[in-house]
Amino acid sequence: MLEIGTQHYLVLSAVLFAVGVTGILVRRNMITVLMSIELVFNAANLNLIAFSFQHGNLTGQIFAIFSIAVAAGEAAVGLGILLALFRLRSTTQLDSAQELQG
Amino acid sequence: MEFLTAHGQAILFYLFAAVAVVAACFVVTMRNPMYGAIALLVTFLSLAALFLLRHAEFLAFVQVFVYGGGIMVLFLFVIMLVNVDRLKESRVFVPNAPLAVVVGLLLLGLLAVVFAGMAFVPADAAPPAFVDVEGTAMGNSEAIAWSLYREYLLPFEIVSVFLLVAMIGAVVLGREQ
Repeated sequence: MLEIGTQHYLVLSAVLFAVGVTGILVRRNMITVLMSIELVFNAANLNLIAFSFQHGNLTGQIFAIFSIAVAAGEAAVGLGILLALFRLRSTTQLDSAQELQG
Repeated sequence: MEFLTAHGQAILFYLFAAVAVVAACFVVTMRNPMYGAIALLVTFLSLAALFLLRHAEFLAFVQVFVYGGGIMVLFLFVIMLVNVDRLKESRVFVPNAPLAVVVGLLLLGLLAVVFAGMAFVPADAAPPAFVDVEGTAMGNSEAIAWSLYREYLLPFEIVSVFLLVAMIGAVVLGREQ
């Protein structure tokens, strides 16, 4: 219990991932949904780093850098879409955009 | 004191893990997105500490700079721009939120059972030693730089093009019609 191994990090990452997925599913506000997506990205990064340490090589950390870059691009584009939605509907509630019956 | 020095890694892990999970729950449940963003910042910073505990020093600082700095400023800026006070939402959660929570718990149970059941060879407590082509030892950041600019040069360049595309996309989406 007091010896921290890779599976401790994996379980923590699973918790963060599940919290993020739940946030994506339950919230109506698009800002919070985007923040939950960031939680999911972070859970994935934690996994990559835990495995990088487990195997003693750097590939996981390199992949995490790429993942962070993709997360930054995703946040920029997602918030751009949010602003477009807000300009169109004057709200950030996701169920105000239902033209495609999603 | 002896206990603290002997189990410092474990204590720090549980401390930062608990902070990260509680703050993540706040992100999901807070009514005001501004409080959610602050909770998200706390999650990012405790994850950076956890990266340090796994000897990913460079990534811990990238986490603080990119997530704690850049992405967080982006979120706060947008939250202020859309003026949350005006958006008095009557309902915070979607109508079938309990079902979604059950799905999330099932996902968590599945992942946790699989992960907790995995048996790993205990990794070395010391950080792996990296050497360059001439055999001199180097630190984490230097090793990542070598790896990034030699083995992963093409993906690195592709990511820079991707960031350019994302930037143009954000500008196009965000401009006044």
